[in-house]
Amino acid sequence: MPRVSSAAELEGLRKDILSRREPDKPCITLCSGTACHASGSTEVAASIEEEIKKQGLSGKVDFRRTGCHGFCEKGPIIVVHPEKICYLQIEPKDVPEIVSQTIKEKKVVERLLYTDPATNEKIIHESEIPFYKNQERIVFGSNGEIDPTNIDDYLALGGYSGLAKALSQMTPEQVLEEIKKSNLRGRGGGGFPAGRKWEECRNAPGDIKYVIVNADEGDPGAYMDRSLLEGNPHSVLEGLTIGAYAIGAHEGYIYVRQEYPLAVENVGIAIEQAREYGFLGENILGSGFDFTIKVHRGAGAFVSGESSALMTAIEGRVGEPRPKYIHTAIKGVRDRPSCLNNVETWATVPLIISKGAEWFAGLGTEGSKGTKIFSLVGKVNNTGLVEVPMGITLRDIIYGLGGGIPGGKKFKAVQTGGPSGGCIPEEQLDMQVDFDQLAKAGSMMGSGGMIVMDEDTCMVDVARYFLDFLSDESCGKCVPCREGIRQMLKILTSITRGKGKEGDIERLEELSEVTRDASLCALGRTAANPVLSTIRYFRDEYEAHIKEKRCPAYVCKELISYYIDPEKCQGCMICFRQCPAEAIIGGKNQIHVIDQEKCTKCGTCFEVCPPRFGAVSKMSGEPVPPPIAEEARMITRKSEAK
Amino acid sequence: MSEITLEIDGRKVQAEEGMTILEAARSVGISIPTLCHHDQLEPYGACRICTVEIESRGRTNLVAACLYPVEQDLVVRTRSEKVDKTRKMLLELMLAHAPDAPEMQELAREYGADKDRFEKESSFCILCGLCVRYCAEVKKNNAIGFVDRGTRREIVFVPEIASEVCWDCKECFPLCPTEALQASFLLTRALTSHSSSAEPESKG
Repeated sequence: MPRVSSAAELEGLRKDILSRREPDKPCITLCSGTACHASGSTEVAASIEEEIKKQGLSGKVDFRRTGCHGFCEKGPIIVVHPEKICYLQIEPKDVPEIVSQTIKEKKVVERLLYTDPATNEKIIHESEIPFYKNQERIVFGSNGEIDPTNIDDYLALGGYSGLAKALSQMTPEQVLEEIKKSNLRGRGGGGFPAGRKWEECRNAPGDIKYVIVNADEGDPGAYMDRSLLEGNPHSVLEGLTIGAYAIGAHEGYIYVRQEYPLAVENVGIAIEQAREYGFLGENILGSGFDFTIKVHRGAGAFVSGESSALMTAIEGRVGEPRPKYIHTAIKGVRDRPSCLNNVETWATVPLIISKGAEWFAGLGTEGSKGTKIFSLVGKVNNTGLVEVPMGITLRDIIYGLGGGIPGGKKFKAVQTGGPSGGCIPEEQLDMQVDFDQLAKAGSMMGSGGMIVMDEDTCMVDVARYFLDFLSDESCGKCVPCREGIRQMLKILTSITRGKGKEGDIERLEELSEVTRDASLCALGRTAANPVLSTIRYFRDEYEAHIKEKRCPAYVCKELISYYIDPEKCQGCMICFRQCPAEAIIGGKNQIHVIDQEKCTKCGTCFEVCPPRFGAVSKMSGEPVPPPIAEEARMITRKSEAK
Repeated sequence: MSEITLEIDGRKVQAEEGMTILEAARSVGISIPTLCHHDQLEPYGACRICTVEIESRGRTNLVAACLYPVEQDLVVRTRSEKVDKTRKMLLELMLAHAPDAPEMQELAREYGADKDRFEKESSFCILCGLCVRYCAEVKKNNAIGFVDRGTRREIVFVPEIASEVCWDCKECFPLCPTEALQASFLLTRALTSHSSSAEPESKG
């Protein structure tokens, strides 16, 4: 492939690629992101290739492995083009039917379609599935169309036209102005205006400057940056190159976690291809602008996602935040001006340049423009990645796209912003999601994690869980973060163990304040959010634990007991046999009794007791009734009594 | 270097650009407590005991005086209700590890910190890093370093290096704000557990 050396040549190449494509030729696309890989897409891919051969369709049908479609709950996902028929949860055994029916006979395989749980209707097209219906997939939408290892797929969809426009029609200052006008805010955590950061870096003294992609996504349950890098790496490279042009940088870094092997691989391939085509390297698109990108693989420390820690790690040292009060945009990697944004932010840039700042600013709210990708996980029916316009309500995300809470359970809270975000209760579900509203509610946007929790979640235990995570993941350098987290975790652990004391809540609040105000970096300054937000909205749960030694959600083992109701027990021996602690006393036709001394509170009896009996219950905050007298345990059945 | 005028505790102070609040304050005899600071070492900002309150561009903030660069018209309060409360809590957090260190006890008296507020975990070490940084920056030996992170972070001598260099140096011991107990203990342990350990008796 010859190098593309002007914007006009790029358009020529694009026309050439499109002319070689037959829009009516059948094409099977298969989601091959990490989530679908885990649910078996590699085996499905093999059987698609095999079946195409077997049914004599070699050359007559295309097959494309694409990036993540987002609806991971229902993966692996197949879309058959040109009709765009969407099949979900595909296994290798489904493939022969898809090829013989849909490709050959042009018939829809009903059983593989999505069934709307509300109407029981079958839905043929991806875009009509409720999960996708209210999404605005401007950044993430191409993922399902593109083979990430094939640059032609990206070019066919208009890829690199933003870069061509920037280099051929705009000065660096104009590019910067466009980003400032768009009001793009960083998608990685703090929501700092990208344009202002770029400008600060551009104006900082120094000949050598760097642009950096932060792909050190470390929040538990969050994987939007991973999916973007895996599924559409060129969009990130294009955005980074545009940023470099505006800032005046000629070297870029992609800091990606080593735990993301597919992202590392696909980014490497993309960089190689972009270089061959002339989108990276010297004299890009004949503009005279030079830019190269290096991939730096991170070792997995959560704190290395903090910008100054990440830059220290790029320098080859331990990834610890820098204590200096100077922006990394002025003094970053090797003390040179360094502009860092996260994956999603960079991937948004080409769209803003192509379509204009006004188009972008037309989406979203007053203070937060555009869209945001959220990783919707936890106790919600449709888990996966959703891209929605800023300003959508939490209710629309959780109930509209997410399909509500499974098992008829009640919603309790949604945790946003990763481990140092906060928990938002039901009464705020109609809140419009944007940077400022989330902060006002005591949480944050973070990188877009969204963990839904139902009524079976103990909010004190949730706070304890996140503080436990942070106690491992803090770098441990400064006292307020390391010691504040240590003491908060101790208090939270003792509360969940029924050893909470009067004054613990106030102690937590006081520790939170010092950790927030005096810590060295953002990890410490936000570490108390899970504690403060759960105290703010679920203080009654803390008080129940401390004062009544009661866990309202029946989660904290030391505060709950299992009890077999003698009126309901049928002496079926199922729990008796399954109890791993041999804590159940009973026999055939004898009412079972739990030996509370031996019970480890694993909950097995509760789970295995047949629902028609429902004899096992959980108790908290009240004494377990004394066991029924041994002589009264024999069950006399009505039929036998006659 | 251009002259900067700032205000510390109500006093007009002249400082040079590039100085920290701590340096500017000390130059006029205003004392700010420090534990991890050392004039020969790069500023570190870990103990946060030098936290002061500043007013800059209309906003009030807590910052570490050992790192924050002076600005024209900056207003600094080295003692305020908020500063004292923060220092008291920081001391209480550190006293859980080193309750008997005289330097810490003196500070505890000043700020009314209760050494028994938090459950004791007597590691003696407050991870100020003076020994680690002095060994690396001044002695260029790197005989002692940090291992692990978060609440499991600790200091450990590298036996291979320590057995060669430490017995003739020991310059880190007097730097330790918790009286070198930890450093000497760890040194001994590292040396005795090392197979080719030096023989302190014959050398000492």
